[in-house]
Amino acid sequence: MTEVGTARRRKEDARLLTGRTQWTDNMQLPGMAYVAFLRSPMAHARITRVDVSAARGLPGVIAAYAGADFAEEQGSLPCAWPVSEDIVIPDHPPMAVSEVRYVGEAVACVVATDRYKAADALDAIEVDYEPLPPVLDMNDALTEGSPKVHEAGNQAFTWRLTQGDVDAALRDAPVLIDRTYIQQRLIPTAMEPRAVMATSDGESFTLWSATQIPHVLRLMLALTTGIPEHKLRVIAPDVGGGFGSKLQVTAEEVLCLLLTRKTGRPVKWTESRSEGNLTVHHGRDQIQHVTLAAEADGRIRGLRVELLADMGAYLMLVTPGVPILGAFMFNGIYKMDAYDFNCTGVFTTKMPTDAYRGAGRPEATYAIERVMDELAAELNLDPIEVRRRNWIRHEEFPYTTVAGLTYDSGNYEAATDKALSLFGYDKLRAEQGDRRDRGDPVQLGIGVSTYTEMCGLAPSRVLGSLSYGAGGWEHGSVRMLPTGKVEVVTGSSPHGQGHETAWSQIVADALGVPFDDVSVIHGDTAISHKGMDTYGSRSLVVGGVAVLAACEKVKEKARKIAAHVLECAPDDVEFSEGTFRVRGTDSGKTIQELSLATFAAHDLPDGVEARLDADATVDPDNFSFPHGTHLCAVEVDTETGMTKIRSYVAVDDVGKVVNPLIVEGQVHGGIAQGVGQALYEEAVYDAEGNLLTSTMADYLVPSAADLPAFVTDRTETPATSNPLGVKGVGEAGTIASTPAVVNAIVDALRPRGVHDVQMPCTPERIWRALS
Amino acid sequence: MIPAQFDYLRPATLEEACQALAADDEAKVLAGGQSLLPLLRLRLAYPTTLVDIGRLPGLTGVHDRGDHVFIGALATHDEVLRSPVVRAGCPLVALAAATVADPAVRHRGTFGGSLAHADPAGDLPAVVLALDGVLVARSAEGEREIAAADFFADYLETTLEAGEILVGVKIPKLAGEWGFHYEKFRRTVQAWAIVGVAVAVRRSNGSIQEARIGLSNMGTTPLRARAAESALQGVELGEAVRQACEEASADTAPPADLHAQPDYRRHLARVLTHRAVRTAAGTP
Repeated sequence: MTEVGTARRRKEDARLLTGRTQWTDNMQLPGMAYVAFLRSPMAHARITRVDVSAARGLPGVIAAYAGADFAEEQGSLPCAWPVSEDIVIPDHPPMAVSEVRYVGEAVACVVATDRYKAADALDAIEVDYEPLPPVLDMNDALTEGSPKVHEAGNQAFTWRLTQGDVDAALRDAPVLIDRTYIQQRLIPTAMEPRAVMATSDGESFTLWSATQIPHVLRLMLALTTGIPEHKLRVIAPDVGGGFGSKLQVTAEEVLCLLLTRKTGRPVKWTESRSEGNLTVHHGRDQIQHVTLAAEADGRIRGLRVELLADMGAYLMLVTPGVPILGAFMFNGIYKMDAYDFNCTGVFTTKMPTDAYRGAGRPEATYAIERVMDELAAELNLDPIEVRRRNWIRHEEFPYTTVAGLTYDSGNYEAATDKALSLFGYDKLRAEQGDRRDRGDPVQLGIGVSTYTEMCGLAPSRVLGSLSYGAGGWEHGSVRMLPTGKVEVVTGSSPHGQGHETAWSQIVADALGVPFDDVSVIHGDTAISHKGMDTYGSRSLVVGGVAVLAACEKVKEKARKIAAHVLECAPDDVEFSEGTFRVRGTDSGKTIQELSLATFAAHDLPDGVEARLDADATVDPDNFSFPHGTHLCAVEVDTETGMTKIRSYVAVDDVGKVVNPLIVEGQVHGGIAQGVGQALYEEAVYDAEGNLLTSTMADYLVPSAADLPAFVTDRTETPATSNPLGVKGVGEAGTIASTPAVVNAIVDALRPRGVHDVQMPCTPERIWRALS
Repeated sequence: MIPAQFDYLRPATLEEACQALAADDEAKVLAGGQSLLPLLRLRLAYPTTLVDIGRLPGLTGVHDRGDHVFIGALATHDEVLRSPVVRAGCPLVALAAATVADPAVRHRGTFGGSLAHADPAGDLPAVVLALDGVLVARSAEGEREIAAADFFADYLETTLEAGEILVGVKIPKLAGEWGFHYEKFRRTVQAWAIVGVAVAVRRSNGSIQEARIGLSNMGTTPLRARAAESALQGVELGEAVRQACEEASADTAPPADLHAQPDYRRHLARVLTHRAVRTAAGTP
């Protein structure tokens, strides 16, 4: 039996669930001081005076600073994805000096002997603001005469992708579907809030952060603060979720480094949930204008997308890149000859947006999957049928799409057929008809989403061509210890994904060692010296594959040593289940025996170093493309607008599966998060630019009690871009589920003349749509 | 939680607790903490002193007192909803208590606390109001009984005087054949009620003899739907019940917030009252 494919329980869970681990906020250093930030209550204002002197005199206060105190050293928070020639990247001081541009922007801070004194002292800081007009609506922001967020104006960039003649496709099209969808602003809501701890001996710095990206962070902090890269160590200890929100270089990380330098003490900052809602980067927030042209039989002629993407007040690490990732996905799994995508990034006086689970692909998938349902309704076709008429058939792979990506593998027919059967599609359609016929106040709707996505963010060359600042490779190291145990160092940085378990399974198979004999180390730049970290469902597809490649190198080294010990030619050595044997004989050595022999180094072949370890850096030549079919049945109470998900079936194709239990977990959590966008979640700002959803009483996220038991299954068409055949599963559920749920709601209400409900589809919105 | 500074007292007796409260206008009673601590966390409340009554003897438990059920102020929601005395004597209280927040809150939060906090979106104030509960308060001057109708003064305000502590609530047992239902409308299981409707109906011979209706989150205090109660009196089960329940939103002043506008809340009050009455009357 192989380890890969086994539903192993996660070896990291005991310590994560009991909390007997190093969460950043758990850690203590001698002489620790605590940081609290004073944040702007104004969406847009000139800072005319900051007086921290009263705070400095309070008991327990070590230091208090305003933005001007950092002006010489704080640099500008980086944007690593300048997507276009015309992009405007405004200066982004970690602490505002002269102007604030969103509610929550840091304007001053206190360092104190405990976190209570630090928070209390904030009340003693005086700040005078001269209000400036807030800029809150993207369309208004782009009109002439709009107040400006930045001097250069409110347009951050424009970006276009075009293929074929869309004008011709739209002209005289038998069917034209023209829709505008709003991707509401979302708050990522990781379970562990952000936390940062920093210390220095005066020359070298160590920063602990609840981050997804210790390696990228180290580089960016070095560039931002001027601290030399080799004098800066970044540690991501165990991290409790991120969903993209910890794929960031934050003001608080920069400022904690500067504060430890200024005060000579180790400092720690942990955000409160409300502080996090205000100042963790937000997600989504796009207005999508979509025009789809089709033939009378439902075949798509072309697609035009006009996109406004809210950047918020500044461009953060990959802010402008998020809608660009979506540009390649609006065509979904469908064939068409013409596509035109135009995006404008817009500045507003709100928290900046950036990557949030799916980053660009959920938005695009939502638009195309909603529009496909509208096309079906227009033609009076079943929504499954209209998809069948357009999707890439399994025998057509590899297939280069109108957006220019080459989908390597997939089988949309197989996933859809399996999902329909598990769902009981025909029976539910019959029940829907019955309810309609008898005018039941509770109507039933059926929603489908046949999604794909691009992930496993890899090909460095492609990322380079899109002006992304970094590459897409990943690094892994594998070392045999003298006792035959194995240590793996991975460059990707887990924050809940289960790397330790999955990597152990891969190594166990590759080296023929027991699962429990493998340990996986991650997240510390002093130990894991090379990495691109974790986001975009890339860990397994790139990082797991790098570990496998390192194992292959270890095996080749061991083969040479085995041949020497066994007194035969390396080509005569065969490897099976952890033992190197002389071909055709019982004479052999286990990899553990060879580990000890290598350590002792008493009898190694000439020219062979005394080490059984290897590094590998891999850079796949394509993205990976998970796909699947999700089906959702929703009951809509037409008297109150209340919705209830009655059943949900997800059949996903994530290629080869290393650990089915981990895949299940990702799919369940992903669906829940996508349902969150469909039904519950929205970051709401009022007319003055105040965030109204700063607590979890107002920003609703679904819990298990609000969700049905998901039925999940899989099909398996291996990816061809990596030797494991894996595709990535971190974002698939979120990408698929949002349109499935909204399609179901609209499907329930279509006979009542409803063609759309804006997300989140709250009971009140549904009730108003029906009124 | 990083609240502002406060003093903390844990008096040994109720008398000492009353004195501590009387001595300091800015002191607050701490019981289960499920309403107060979030306010402290958000620094929306800056009490000088927290008077912790959580371990005072004599305020706990649920007691059968013949014609009424006495629920101690410190009885937790979980204790209340599981109590055979409550289930037999005032089942509507158990039905509503079971919907409060989540299990963790129900194990810490107290019955008296949720009434003294007087959040109109809370579930229990409307229930106690519908059942004509009587709130018992103690101070240095002695004990005082306050009818629920006189207890809830405004948003988060009661008619408790400085130095008075709620010690328990008397819920009269209803004589005759009564049915009960608490209909709570919320977006997620843990969320506050957008609208809640607490209903008790006495039914005989296919018609409703008497109805008591309490509304959550339809004004700055919990409200009785008096017009609907009158309209339901003597109404035969069926379409007439729906018509009578159209009165449920009369004389309400529901708030506008992120989750609902007032017109939608009024609509919900009517629909949910009808549903609650039907369920309580045993006609699903």
